[in-house]
Amino acid sequence: MASTTEAPPRKNRVPRRPGDRIFAGVSTGSGVLILVALAGVAVFLVTEAWPALTASAEEIPGGEGLVLYIWPLLFGTLISAVLALVIAVPLAVAIALFITHYAPRSIARALGYIIDLLAAVPSIIFGLWGMNVLAPITVDPASWLSEHLGWIPFFAGPPSSTGRTMFVAILVLAVMVLPIITAVVREAFMQTPQLHQEAALAIGATRWEMIRMAALPFGRSSIIGASMLGLGRALGETMAVAMVLSASGGVSLNLISSDNPPTIAANIALQFPESSGIAINTLIASGLVLFAITLAVNMIARAVINRRKDFDGAN
Amino acid sequence: MAKRIEVKDLDIYYDKFLAVQGVSMTIQPRSVTALIGPSGCGKSTFLRTLNRMHELVPNARVEGSVVMDDDDLYGPNVDPVNVRRQIGMVFQRANPFPTMSIYDNVAAGLKLNNKRLKKSDMDGLVERSLKSANLWEEVKDRLHKPGSGLSGGQQQRLCIARAIAVQPEVLLMDEPCSALDPISTQAIEDLMLELKENYTIVIVTHNMQQAARVSDTTGFFNLQGVGKPGELVEIDETTKIFSTPSQKATEDYISGRFG
Ligand SMILES: Nc1ncnc2c1ncn2[C@@H]1O[C@H](COP(=O)(O)OP(=O)(O)O)[C@@H](O)[C@H]1O
Ligand SMILES: [Mg+2]
Repeated sequence: MASTTEAPPRKNRVPRRPGDRIFAGVSTGSGVLILVALAGVAVFLVTEAWPALTASAEEIPGGEGLVLYIWPLLFGTLISAVLALVIAVPLAVAIALFITHYAPRSIARALGYIIDLLAAVPSIIFGLWGMNVLAPITVDPASWLSEHLGWIPFFAGPPSSTGRTMFVAILVLAVMVLPIITAVVREAFMQTPQLHQEAALAIGATRWEMIRMAALPFGRSSIIGASMLGLGRALGETMAVAMVLSASGGVSLNLISSDNPPTIAANIALQFPESSGIAINTLIASGLVLFAITLAVNMIARAVINRRKDFDGAN
Repeated sequence: MAKRIEVKDLDIYYDKFLAVQGVSMTIQPRSVTALIGPSGCGKSTFLRTLNRMHELVPNARVEGSVVMDDDDLYGPNVDPVNVRRQIGMVFQRANPFPTMSIYDNVAAGLKLNNKRLKKSDMDGLVERSLKSANLWEEVKDRLHKPGSGLSGGQQQRLCIARAIAVQPEVLLMDEPCSALDPISTQAIEDLMLELKENYTIVIVTHNMQQAARVSDTTGFFNLQGVGKPGELVEIDETTKIFSTPSQKATEDYISGRFG
């Protein structure tokens, strides 16, 4: 590192071997290629969204301008993704703890395998499952919820008769982000130093107390990072939400009625085939917003996960 | 505080592998018992059976008995968690909790036992434990800084403070100085001599001078042979072991003709 500031003594340079040079070239090239692709997407989104960004309010579908067009979609996107996380993260942490600290080895391995399989299921399958299986069976519980817990805005009702509600979309999203979160958190828990687990047990901690003293603090930043990764996935999920959510509404916290706002991604998928002209530009503008948010969330997630490395050699 | 431990015909297994065979010894209260012997003869294994820490290894088990005063540590209804609350342990590598402050490290065990301890009582107990571990003067101005910021020797004394904060009967130490410089080692040895006023101390050490300096009783472990289990060759007053041991193997080991 220091050699960049002083003139390198040429004679002493280590000869670079062709293999090294090729490998360095290929890996740098791939890195640059990814950046170029990302920049390309950004440029495409901005140029294609530009007409909508500069259009007058009446020209935008809905007639109330771009901001009011995108806002309900953004709201739907955020509420579905965040609530999916609220369900998935505690579950993922519990599963990861069970696998790493409680389950007998054979069960732990089988469970880990099943979770990984879940990650490989295509989202269209989750969409079909949500639409045809999960939606119908939520109809009765949803009316119960609106009757008894209707004072909670989430369950205000009236309940949808098809069950293809935000509520089901959230459940489907939760199942879909569960594997990635579980995998990252499990990895962190597995690396909890034996040293600190023994430290806790030696002062008379029960297994749960040991987990609270050693495993959870050690895994904390991984849990945060994994949640962000899950959030990124939930924000961008298209097919499953487009299939499950029969959506036609504005901003609303009501999760079990049929007038929910759709998500940005699902809205693009549903509207694109029938759109033309400025409507397409508008959809792409909404895509630009989604792109920016997902990028930010993923970058924060990576940063948080990397920061954990500082803790590793704490002793 | 400070109790006697009576070990009788203890065999220790890792699954089917018999690691240590036929250990019988009495560990006296308010004294330091040192365990010496070549690597791999089962000193750590034996030490960890005294507070049932070896049970963390799947399928590890013992045959024989370990009785503390009148309590059978391996009795049918004995919870290993309760055993470990009475028999504390200090490890070879200092292992303060990295995410906790110095204060919280010492308080960690206290919080387990007394959930409703008042802040002022807690402060008092933390201070007393740090004083007993000869660490108070060095850390009293930075109690709420991370424990991982301390030097190796200070970290080890912090671990001792954490262990004695819960007022155990017995303190087990597995080569507590092997990663420390001579000055830090000296500090821990001095500390052991003070602590034995109130605790029963068992220390595993590679360092025979250390055993001679700090212990009242010394036990010599050895392997019965290559691939055979470890055994306790003899245990006696430290002065006797280091001057006139009764076994030839002990004499060879002490005089450096071995291991
Ligand atoms: N976790 C374990 N699983 C299986 N065997 C072990 C384990 N720990 C130690 N052993 C075996 O038990 C024997 C005694 O080891 P140990 O107690 O560490 O010896 P020492 O502390 O005297 O060096 C060795 O043969 C070692 O390989
Ligand atoms: Mg050892």
